Amino acid sequence: MPSSALVIGGGIAGIQAALDIADAGFHVFLVEKEPSIGGRMSQLDKTFPTLDCSACILTPKMVDVSRHPDIELLTYSEVIDVKRNGSSFRAIVRKKPRYVDITKCTGCGSCAEACRLRGRIADTFNAGMGKRAAIYVPFPQAVPLKYTVDPTKCVFVTRGVCGKTQVCKEACKAEAIDFSQKEELVEVEAAAIVAATGFDPFNAALKPELGYGVYPNVITSLQFERLSSASGPTAGKILLNGKEPEEIAFVQCVGSRDETTGNLYCSRVCCMVTAKHAHLAKEKIHHAKVTVFYADVRAFGKGFEEFYDRVRAEGVRYQRGYVSEIYQRGDKLVVRAEDTLIGKPTETSADMVVLGIGLVPRPETNQVAGLLGLENSSDGFLAEAHPKMRPVDTAVDGVYLAGCVQGPKDIPDTVAHAKAAAAATIVRLRQQTTDHRLQRTDVRVLTT
Amino acid sequence: MIDTEALVEQFGLTACIQCGKCTGGCPVSPKSALNPRALVYQMLRGEGFELVSREELWDCTTCSTCGLRCPKGVKAVDLIIGLRGQWIESGKIPTTLRAPLTATLNQGNPLVLPREDRSLWADGLNVKNVAEGADVAMFVCCENAYDPRVQPMPRALVNLLRAAQVDFGTLGLEEQCCGSEIRRLGESGLYEYLRDDNLDKFRQAGIQKMVTTSPHCMNVFKNEYAGAGFTVEHYTQMLARLIAEGKIKFSKRMETVVTYQDPCFLGKQNGIYDEPRAVLKSIPGVKFVDMDRSRERSVCCEGGGGRMWLEGTNNKVRLANDRVAQALETGAKVLATACPFCFLTLSDAVIATGHENDLRVMDILQIANEAL
Repeated sequence: MPSSALVIGGGIAGIQAALDIADAGFHVFLVEKEPSIGGRMSQLDKTFPTLDCSACILTPKMVDVSRHPDIELLTYSEVIDVKRNGSSFRAIVRKKPRYVDITKCTGCGSCAEACRLRGRIADTFNAGMGKRAAIYVPFPQAVPLKYTVDPTKCVFVTRGVCGKTQVCKEACKAEAIDFSQKEELVEVEAAAIVAATGFDPFNAALKPELGYGVYPNVITSLQFERLSSASGPTAGKILLNGKEPEEIAFVQCVGSRDETTGNLYCSRVCCMVTAKHAHLAKEKIHHAKVTVFYADVRAFGKGFEEFYDRVRAEGVRYQRGYVSEIYQRGDKLVVRAEDTLIGKPTETSADMVVLGIGLVPRPETNQVAGLLGLENSSDGFLAEAHPKMRPVDTAVDGVYLAGCVQGPKDIPDTVAHAKAAAAATIVRLRQQTTDHRLQRTDVRVLTT
Repeated sequence: MIDTEALVEQFGLTACIQCGKCTGGCPVSPKSALNPRALVYQMLRGEGFELVSREELWDCTTCSTCGLRCPKGVKAVDLIIGLRGQWIESGKIPTTLRAPLTATLNQGNPLVLPREDRSLWADGLNVKNVAEGADVAMFVCCENAYDPRVQPMPRALVNLLRAAQVDFGTLGLEEQCCGSEIRRLGESGLYEYLRDDNLDKFRQAGIQKMVTTSPHCMNVFKNEYAGAGFTVEHYTQMLARLIAEGKIKFSKRMETVVTYQDPCFLGKQNGIYDEPRAVLKSIPGVKFVDMDRSRERSVCCEGGGGRMWLEGTNNKVRLANDRVAQALETGAKVLATACPFCFLTLSDAVIATGHENDLRVMDILQIANEAL
């Protein structure tokens, strides 16, 4: 019986679960389909309600993962098949070719600087707000800090020829670039699996009345994170086309609690994300007029209501009423809504509109469910075995859920859920481990 | 006093979370006391509702933006129609509605014109009756059949269908009002009579496929005539297909800039945004440009929901006038549309705002026909 666990997904949930399981003395395979672990949390600037820097609390854990003797990290890899083998599982993992030998790559970045497509490709890590090359690391603190060729964009991969010479290859002193790499299939055996594949941000273009994709100054909350982040495309300045907005409108519940999108649930994080963004906007642009359009403010976590109070005290105006339409008048955007507390339709001008997008299941969620034999709940996320008593277990023995794959969660809830999934995994691995027993202690009677 | 509890149940109003998305998107709420959210709330309060001095209920154009954007599936527009129904039932029918409603019952049209004049639009065209056997039934619409300003539209469609060698006919003098606006005025009894009578006529004529000139007729047949037993499409859908199949070819050029008003009953309510644009873009020489507020963000012309016969509580502000200004902003010389109500409200607006020499309102049918 293997004393190993397979963790699928290297966001904060998968990282935390892997660290806890490995710290308990069991071996962990951590599979991440992107070139780096870190997930959505690595894209965030500050975290609510304490405003500590996301990268500062996340990256030490990423480094812990890479250095842990009991964690085997398989990045840029995907689980493509899982078979039950008695009480354990055999999983086949596809390791995609990076076209970079990670044993040689030093992460120096000469290749990306040389790349003919440098500054030409929409940077997904920056939510499309910046540009990168066809060979890249998603962000400077990536783990592993190894370059990857984007096979959908690299001209040599897509057309077989890139100019007269391969400039990236010439630039690489470590001789790490290797276009002859092929995908590799490996098999891992594990007695437990933790699914931690996370969420996707809601596609705001599905709410056409809000003008996302039409107006460059209508952006999503994830894009605002990247603008606000010191490591983002504007080095932390709130700028659009080089200009600081003076009037900023925040729109709540975009893609959540909404039959028209099929997402009936509350995404749980957007109220606080927006409160945090409103605070950051005021902090960075003191004179900015900041309005939050909401229907109900859900500030239910520890320190959340107090943060909501603080943001209003900082001069952020909360106007009750969903935004119904965004259009242009002159060089300003117009945000149309009803102020439901006075019962009047309103037009609010804005230089920037930030859409508080909800959390939706990733497309891969159903693939993972298919591989593992799991079921969806009615919201499309994966179903836990019991909504109260078994929040990390699934209907399949030995398979556990961690984080937003089970439903929208903020960072504290995700970490707690991941730690619970790790505990459940450890219990199972422990029960299957018969070769040693812990030394027990007995009650010692002190009085006579 | 109105029984609000019954309305709460009938229209599923308990789903409402009072977010105001309906009123925030309502095109007439900025110029009227009409507030769909507040209406729903007054029903939910359960303390009764008086129709007295609630004339704003007649301001609704039934564009349906309120219901289409509602995150909880509440159709405030249906509540407004329900309240209008109670008003009609009370007998205190707005003066300008009396003749159109009576004429629709007696003459089959709200334009208060004789039934036997319904085919005058087709004078000299020798359009056959669909009952003689035809692949497609062309439904003309009362407005297009009687109003000389829009009679050229069905004539253009006849020409285009003939050019494409489509086998079609009309119901001739058997055609009568589709009932769309009648239902939206709250006259549900008259609507049901028209629907049943029309369904009988359609069955007798053996109609399998229908094309309409008005989005309003199409919408009511497609979405509200339960068990109609025939397929229906708007002419823009049919033309776009015939053009794509190469069955309609344009020989003339139209060197001009064209923008387009999405009719609410075609665009927002039925998601038909691309076909009208495809037709316009296929015409040689046309430079097509959209207004900022287009497609899902288009603005109603105030011609629907019976507003052709009701001025509303505020005629100082007209949305059609705003639309003309917005069309001019694009640099367009032609404001195209695909609905007789839009055509008429926008044509009036061009005159009212003094832009007869700057902007020409045209139905897509006219543009396509001129380019043949």
